[in-house]
Amino acid sequence: MNPQAPSPSDYPLLFWPFSASQTGTHVDYLILAFTAVTLLLTVPIFLAITWFALIYRANRKADRTHTSNRNVKIELSWMLIPFALTLAFFAWGAQIFDGEKHPPANAMEIQAIGRQWMWKFEHPGGQAEINDLHVPVGQPVLITMISQDVIHSLYLPAFRVQMETLPDRYTQLWFTADRIGTYRLYCSEYCGTDHSVMDGTITIMQPADFAKWLSQAGSNQSLAAAGRRLFVANGCSGCHGAASTPRAPSLVGLFGSTVPLASGSTLIADETYIRNKILHPDQNQIAGYQQIMPSFANLIQEDELIQLIAYIKSDEPAATQDLSQ
Amino acid sequence: MSPSDVALLRDPGTPRATLDRPADYLHAEHTLRSWFLTTDHKRIALLYLASITGFFILGAIAAGLIRLALIVPNGQIFSNDTYNKIFTMHGVIMVWFFLIPSIPATFGNFLIPLMIGARDLAFPRLNLLSWYLFMAGALFTMLDLIIGGVDTGWTFYAPFSTTYSNSYVIPALIGVIIVGFSSILTGLNFIVTIHKMRAPGMGWFRMPIFVWTLYATSLIFLLGTPVITMALILLIMERAFHIGVFDPKLGGDPILFEHLFWFYSHPAVYIMVLPGMGVITELVAAFSQKSVFGYRFVAYASIGLASITFLVWGHHMFVNGQSQLASTVFSFLSFAVAVPSAVKVYNWTATIHKGSIRLDTPMLYAMGYIGLFVLGGLTGLFLATLAVDAHLHDTYFVVAHFHYIMVGGTMLAFLGGLHYWWPKFTGRLYPEAWGRVGAFLIFVGFNVTFFPQFILGYLGMPRRYHEYPPEFQILNIMSSAGSTILALGYFFPMSYLVWSLWFGKRAPNNPWNAKGLEWTTTSPPPAHNFDRTPIVDFEPYDYAIKAREVG
Repeated sequence: MNPQAPSPSDYPLLFWPFSASQTGTHVDYLILAFTAVTLLLTVPIFLAITWFALIYRANRKADRTHTSNRNVKIELSWMLIPFALTLAFFAWGAQIFDGEKHPPANAMEIQAIGRQWMWKFEHPGGQAEINDLHVPVGQPVLITMISQDVIHSLYLPAFRVQMETLPDRYTQLWFTADRIGTYRLYCSEYCGTDHSVMDGTITIMQPADFAKWLSQAGSNQSLAAAGRRLFVANGCSGCHGAASTPRAPSLVGLFGSTVPLASGSTLIADETYIRNKILHPDQNQIAGYQQIMPSFANLIQEDELIQLIAYIKSDEPAATQDLSQ
Repeated sequence: MSPSDVALLRDPGTPRATLDRPADYLHAEHTLRSWFLTTDHKRIALLYLASITGFFILGAIAAGLIRLALIVPNGQIFSNDTYNKIFTMHGVIMVWFFLIPSIPATFGNFLIPLMIGARDLAFPRLNLLSWYLFMAGALFTMLDLIIGGVDTGWTFYAPFSTTYSNSYVIPALIGVIIVGFSSILTGLNFIVTIHKMRAPGMGWFRMPIFVWTLYATSLIFLLGTPVITMALILLIMERAFHIGVFDPKLGGDPILFEHLFWFYSHPAVYIMVLPGMGVITELVAAFSQKSVFGYRFVAYASIGLASITFLVWGHHMFVNGQSQLASTVFSFLSFAVAVPSAVKVYNWTATIHKGSIRLDTPMLYAMGYIGLFVLGGLTGLFLATLAVDAHLHDTYFVVAHFHYIMVGGTMLAFLGGLHYWWPKFTGRLYPEAWGRVGAFLIFVGFNVTFFPQFILGYLGMPRRYHEYPPEFQILNIMSSAGSTILALGYFFPMSYLVWSLWFGKRAPNNPWNAKGLEWTTTSPPPAHNFDRTPIVDFEPYDYAIKAREVG
C-alpha cells in the first residue's frame, strides 16, 4: 500500500466525485455539456411560463390577440430541433460506451467472483484479495467476473463504469487509471440482506509499488499453473492433451478461435463458451466429434473454473502430455 | 380514509331531494350496500379514491422510515433485513397500489363518462369487479406485510426472488398479479366506453385531452399488463416448484426475467405519466381560459408515447450484459420518446401565452408539475445516454430521476386534479388559502428531498443501500429533512379536503368557469350524470379567448 495514497474519506465529496481515468473525465464533460444544453432548452420555458403568469393574469389588462391556436411549423420545429440537439449526446455517449466495450489487447486481466456478500479478486499470478483490489496506474485493467449466486454488479464510480455480475456467464469491464489513490467500489445491483456492505476499495498504485505489493501478497502458483493441475486431476488431459486421440478436439489455440458447430453455425470460443463446455458439454455440439464428454457441473468450483480457463487461455495444453503420464 | 369512511362522504346537512332538484349521486341512496355493490362509475371512483389514499399513507410511512434510517450512515436504526423489507413495501405499494390506479381509477372512472356525455362506463358491473380485484390483490400484499414482509425490491429480480430470498415473496407476487387483472379490466372498460359511448356530436377530436391520455393509458393496460402477469406467474412456478426458468442453477436465464419485467414496467411508467399529462392539459386550459395550443399534436403525442414506450425497455439493461448493438438501439429509441413529451411541455407553455391566468391551487400544482416533470424527463435523457448510464445506473441519480417523474409529475397532477374536480366530486369547495400553502410546501419539500439525491447519485451512492460511506451523510440528512416538509405538505390537503366535506362552501356547477361536459351538469352530478343526453355541437376548450379576437 502506498502511504501517500489518499483514502476515500480524505476527499471532501460534496458536489463532484473524483475521476481517476480518462474515460471518467470524458463522461464528466459529456454530462456537463448535456446539462448546459438542457438548461438552454428549458430555462426559456420556465421564464416564459413565469412571465406569462404575471402579465396575463386574469384581472390584468393585456393584449390577448393571437392569430392561431395551432401552427404546424412552430410545433414541428420545437419537436425536431431539440431532438436533433440531444441526438448529438446520444452519439457522444454511444461513442464513449463503445470504447468501454473494447478493452485493449495488452490489458492486465483480473478475475472477480461475486457472492452474497463479498467480492473476490484474483490476479494472474494467483494473488487473491477480498473486497479490495490493487492495480497499477497507467495500465489497462480488464476485470472478468461471474457470480456464484444472485445478480451482483461491480461499480467503480472513480472510473464511471459498472457491469452486472451474472450467475452462469462471464461479463467484463475495463479501465485505465490515470491517478493513484484509493477509491470506493460497490455492489450496485440489489442482492439481499447485506447488499449495502458488499463494498470495498480499489487502490491505484505506481507500477513499482504494485510489483512490490504483488510479491508480498503471497501466492503459491499462478492461475494457469493451478489450472494445469486441475486439468490433469480431473482427467481433462486424458482426451484433450497433446497425445490425445481423435475423440476430442485439441485445446491449443482454442481461446478466441471460431468453433464450427454440428448444427452448421459457428461460435467464438470466449470464457463463457469454455465454461459452458465444461459444465454442459452436451450443448453446442462441435462439428466432427461425438458427444462423449461427461458434464463437470457440481464437480468443479467457480474459482477452479477460472483457473482451468486461465490454463486453456495460456495455450499450454499441448505440453501436458508429460504430466499425464 | 378507510373504505367505510366513504359512506360518510354523505353530507348530513344536505336536505332531502326536493322536487326542483333530484338527489345527486351521493344522496341517491344511503345504505352501505348502495356503496359496496354500486355500479355507478362515480361511486366506484370514490371507493378507489378512499382505498388508494389509504395505500398512499402506508407507502408514505414506509418512505418516512427509509429517510429516518438514512440519517445515519452506519445503519444502526434498523437491521439490514428490516430496511430491505421497508423499501420493498414502499415500492410495491406506491407503484401498484397508488400510482398505477391513482389517476385512471379515480379521475378516469369519474370523469370519462361525464366528459364524453355518457351515463356510465360500458360495463358497470365489470367496473365494480375491477375494484374488488384491486382490493383482493391489496389484501394479499397487506397479508404479506403482516406475516413478515418481502425483501426483493419492487423489481423482483431472479434468481434472488426465486431461490435466495428468505422472505414471503409469493403472497406479494399473487397480490401484484391480481391487481394486474384489475388494470386489464379497467383498460378494457375505458377503451370500449370511449369507442362506443360518446354523446352525439362528440367526435374523436372533440374529446378532452384527458380522455385521449386515458385512452392511451388503457392501451398500455391491455397490452402490457399480461406480460408482467405471465412473468410473475413464472417466478412463482420457479420459487414454489423449482421449475427452471430464470435461475441458471435450474437451467434458466436471469436476464430473461429482466426483459419480461421491463417490457411491462417501462410502459407502466407511462401508465403513471400519461394520465397526469391529461390532467395538466385540462388545468392549464381552464386556468388560462384558452384553448389548448396544438390540440391535435397533443392528442397524437399521447398515442405516440403509448406506442414508443413499448420499444425502449432495454434502456434498463445497458450494463446487464445486453449486446452493444441492442443497447445502442434502445438508447436511440429512448431519445425519440422524449419528442412527444417535449411537444406537451411546449404546447402547455403556448397555451398559457396570451391566456387569462388565475393562480388558484390547481394551477399552482400544474405549474409545479411542468417544472418538475421537465427536470425528471431530461435527467431521463441523461440516463438514456449509454456512457452516462454506465456510471449512474442503480445509483441515487436514478432514484431522484423517477421520483421527479412519479412524485413531481404524477403526484402533483393527482393533487392538482383532485382540487380542480373536488367541487364536482363532492359539491363542496376547498379553502383556497390553505390549498395554496399546501401546494407551496409540497413543492419546496419535494425539491429539498429529491434534489440532493441527484448529487448523491453522481457521487456514486448506489440505491438500496442501508449502510453508506460517511462522506454521503450531509446530503442524506438534507434529503431526510426535506421529507419532513413534504410530509407536512401532504398533511394540508388531507386535512382540509376532509374538513370541506362537512364545512366547505357549496360548490356551484362550474366554479372555474371551465369548458367541458362535466361542468354542464350539477355539482355533484345526478346518479345518471345528465338530465338530457348532451348534444355536442362545439369544439373542445371552447373558451372566450379565441384566436383573432381581443380577450
